[in-house]
Amino acid sequence: MVVGLGWAGAIIANGLVDAGLSVVGVERGPWRDTAKDFNIASVTDELRYSQRQELMLRTAQNTITMRNNPSQTALPMRKWGSFHPGNGTGGAGNHWAGITFRFQPEEFHLRSHLEERYGADSIPDELSLQDWGTDWNEMEPHYDAFEKIAGTSGRAANLISGRQAGGNPFEGVRANDYPTPPLKQPYSPTLFADTAREMGYKPFPVPSSLVSQTYTNPLGVTMGPCTFCGFCTNYGCANYSKASAITTVLPALIRKDNFEARTHCEVLRVTTDSDGRRATGIVYVDSAGRQWEQPAEIVVVAAFTFENVRLMLMSGIGEAYDPATRRGTTGRNYAYQTANSVQLFFDDKNFNPFIGAGAVGMGIDEFNNDNFDHSGLGFFGGGSTRVTPIGAAPIQARPTPPGTPRWGSQWKRATVDNYASTMSIGCEASNYSSPNNYLSLDPTYRDRLGRPLLRITFDFTDNDLKMAQYVTGKVVEIAKRMNPRQMIPSPRTGPWDGRPYQSSHVVGGFIMGVDPSTSSVNKYLQVWDVPNLFVVGASAFPQNPGYNPTGTVGALAFKAADAITKHYLRNPGEMIST
Amino acid sequence: MSGKEAGCAVFIDRQLAGPYGDFERLYMHGPFQDGIPQQGDQSPLTPRQRYRIGLAALNDHCRNELGAPFADLSEEQRDRVLSQLEADEIKLDDIDTPLFFEAILQNTMEGFFADPIYGGNRDMASWRMLGFPGARYDYRDYIERHNEDLGLEPVSIAGRSDWNTQG
Repeated sequence: MVVGLGWAGAIIANGLVDAGLSVVGVERGPWRDTAKDFNIASVTDELRYSQRQELMLRTAQNTITMRNNPSQTALPMRKWGSFHPGNGTGGAGNHWAGITFRFQPEEFHLRSHLEERYGADSIPDELSLQDWGTDWNEMEPHYDAFEKIAGTSGRAANLISGRQAGGNPFEGVRANDYPTPPLKQPYSPTLFADTAREMGYKPFPVPSSLVSQTYTNPLGVTMGPCTFCGFCTNYGCANYSKASAITTVLPALIRKDNFEARTHCEVLRVTTDSDGRRATGIVYVDSAGRQWEQPAEIVVVAAFTFENVRLMLMSGIGEAYDPATRRGTTGRNYAYQTANSVQLFFDDKNFNPFIGAGAVGMGIDEFNNDNFDHSGLGFFGGGSTRVTPIGAAPIQARPTPPGTPRWGSQWKRATVDNYASTMSIGCEASNYSSPNNYLSLDPTYRDRLGRPLLRITFDFTDNDLKMAQYVTGKVVEIAKRMNPRQMIPSPRTGPWDGRPYQSSHVVGGFIMGVDPSTSSVNKYLQVWDVPNLFVVGASAFPQNPGYNPTGTVGALAFKAADAITKHYLRNPGEMIST
Repeated sequence: MSGKEAGCAVFIDRQLAGPYGDFERLYMHGPFQDGIPQQGDQSPLTPRQRYRIGLAALNDHCRNELGAPFADLSEEQRDRVLSQLEADEIKLDDIDTPLFFEAILQNTMEGFFADPIYGGNRDMASWRMLGFPGARYDYRDYIERHNEDLGLEPVSIAGRSDWNTQG
């Protein structure tokens, strides 16, 4: 039984099917196919996909409530703003950007690493950083497997066989190079990379699951090269270029006899036996409103972060986290991403900003994570600095300098003058978990089926706000050297605002670890004390580094599938102890 | 070309008649209560209701203060009223005035810049104005031509008028 047919669910279902198990996948949204849903003749529609959020979960079906701290009353997010949860097969992996970083080796033992480097009491009380209970050597083969499924394009710097120029020198050591070579680059990332190189930094092509050439993955599914159409993030791909579960896994999986997909079926809860130590199956509602109970020997919950945590809270799995006592694990260590940017206005440049893709671009990692010395800085963490022009469809992409009127003739002139000659440098930075940031069930607001919405209590910590100022200052140094007419730095400031889009990188709430009192799953994504239940996704991240999460979500899915087939099935019903 | 000439009013009419008009896809369960700004729009009104109530209130205001409904004011008067709405200097009856102004501005921009299939952006006027080539799907031959004007004519999802020229 696999809940959710996005990246994680599809990968695990495929692994279990290949091991001979009979697998039923349950998905709350529709079945999606490139040819019918993302047709090349109709997919280039900014109003439909970006403004009206066609591919995203409809908030009428399910949303969240949000507040910055417990003194406030959480209210529902009626229209998605800060993040864009997906729906249907492929999930948010259909409308993602495609950026596919691996986390660095230090991340998997972040707390121990920082204590070792900066002192045992260096981590402030406002941060609840934790080790993952796994390590680089265990993760690397699963990253490799995910990149091969996705056809990820890029250039390695740090191979077991030796170092090579042009890649990201801060990457952990890799067994293999990326499956496809880097994408060609438009003007703005090229200009950024040239400047960064002059300043002594080491720019690299952003690792991208938009393939750069025709590629056939290990499941026999073929993808076509990215055409830089600029309708990418928030859109489905018509070219079979952007990797998602529907372009890389499901076409092979759905043809296998022992797999069945049930779409438009929303899971209500995971059922357990009387002492709660064994999952017995799930209860779901189909599109006709009929309720079904599906028994299962193994239950894998692989929905989006929010729904993974909500299902565990509604199913009574683990103890709900209480910020007052800091006890409980379900809902603990919810974290986000700290998005910063610097916008550059030029007079003499034409960036042709409509040429782009979610994950074409150049980046540097000198100011990310613990790649620089944090002694005396008063914060930990950092961000991935990069220029990734995603396209410039003009309902949303109309940069004008601050102070420009928002309508009328002056607005029109400034919009025309700046459309092609403006670019921005992003710094997508870490977000370190805090005892005050957590997920719980809302006491008031309910979904269409009468169940409580998930409540987010979140604000940026002092640590992250200081970090945002610091890394944005570093980006400003590069921006200055690019010599724009004007530049506008936007370091993230508090409080967290649910309205403007920042990133869909919501993590934590059902985290991995070694200690059942501070984590929900072990390093195999197996729920403590419920051995036949696995909960997989970014919900397992104990904190969020300055990278996009999907590469790690994919790797964890391979890790869980590997653990179930190689270890769990030998001693079913037991916690894996190798 | 003005927003009206580009078809923005037609666009808004059509949007309000469709699923956007009643927020069919959005979470519209109560209790509705005012929150902090970062919690976003908490109004129980759908876009259709916002326009009906807001336009009536705007006309009432214009009649009372300026002696004529909005559409009959001079261009200067209309611009001034819009500026006052934007600056929250007019308080309309029965409607959250800043929210109403933001809806009009957003929907007008959507109509002006969206694909012409939705009734606005007539003749792809806004795309020509910006140099946005529209619904094209392959820039592989252009991506490495840096810092030059590519001279690409815009294309709509419905094609281009010159594609239909006979003979």
